[in-house]
Amino acid sequence: MHETDMTKALILTVKGWLAQQPEQATVERVHLTVGDFAGVEPASLQFAFQVQTQGTFLDGAELVIKKTPLIAFCHPCQQEYRPDIGRQYSCACCQSPMDDIRSGRELKIERVEFSQSVAA
Amino acid sequence: MHQTFDAVLEMNLLHANQAGADANRDRLDRWGITCLNIMSSPGSGKTQLLEETLRSLQAELRMAVIEGDMTTQLDAERLRKGGTPVIAINTGRACHLDSKMVAGGLHQFEHEQQPEAFDLMFVENVGNLVCPAEFEVGEHAKVALLSITEGEDKPLKYPLMFREADCLLITKTDLAPYLEVDIDKIVANVRQINSRAAIISVSAKTGEGLEDWYTWIRQTVTACANRSIAQMV
Ligand SMILES: [Zn+2]
Repeated sequence: MHETDMTKALILTVKGWLAQQPEQATVERVHLTVGDFAGVEPASLQFAFQVQTQGTFLDGAELVIKKTPLIAFCHPCQQEYRPDIGRQYSCACCQSPMDDIRSGRELKIERVEFSQSVAA
Repeated sequence: MHQTFDAVLEMNLLHANQAGADANRDRLDRWGITCLNIMSSPGSGKTQLLEETLRSLQAELRMAVIEGDMTTQLDAERLRKGGTPVIAINTGRACHLDSKMVAGGLHQFEHEQQPEAFDLMFVENVGNLVCPAEFEVGEHAKVALLSITEGEDKPLKYPLMFREADCLLITKTDLAPYLEVDIDKIVANVRQINSRAAIISVSAKTGEGLEDWYTWIRQTVTACANRSIAQMV
């Protein structure tokens, strides 16, 4: 499964970010956004993350996945609609094809929560 | 004492692959090669179509193949027989090619051939309907194959590849009389997801539609060459 590759990319990205921090930091949580129309299974990502972070700098860090729905915009109707994934993608009102996707393709590391020791 | 902080990254997970794909495309542009990424599920008749295409176009275009389909190791030999250079990529158990694998293939190609002498590169992706659609490899256009034996609902069930395709080939149309399948329905389903792709029904066996497919290839190669020239000026 390519979730393994995605997770590798995720770990490398966080590692690169961490290397740029002036102070030593511990990553607590990684926040990910995964669209319903992206070719990725959140459960597989979660599993790959647990396996691949074992014994690394991310061991014990939590992966938080936020899902975003598939939302398209129909230009003839001038309105947003939610396609029925697996069944119908064209606009239910006017049958126009799903041209303009407004949400659902995301595959993004949003933010990282980390802790640092600070002088009291 | 420990304190918790938040850092906004907003980074696409495919960023690294995308950067690699762009680098591959730059390389191909410098060589003057148009690259087509061929995607499909297993058993869609990719290799047979490719074989037929190479045979028909070899008089007018200099072509090469990067073969990434793990199920078709023997097929690489079949393609080579016609004299086309075929670079086989060992994908291991990967479910798709990524830009790094293709970069390795291009490296090998550069060493074994004179890239400037070539016009067209086919990248035969791993047979899989989901994964290849998310990973660009440096192609100028994506071609998706769907065999009529796969049924009318496939584009609705696995929409991503059909969404991303620039050209959709509906293959094995010679089997239509034996199947209860409505090709117009397949086209309509693809159109729900992708209004811009060229859709061509073909049969490598009877030759139906192949001329249209070749015309699409010629147009794509010409458009690519013109774009490269425009960039150089
Ligand atoms: Zn509409």
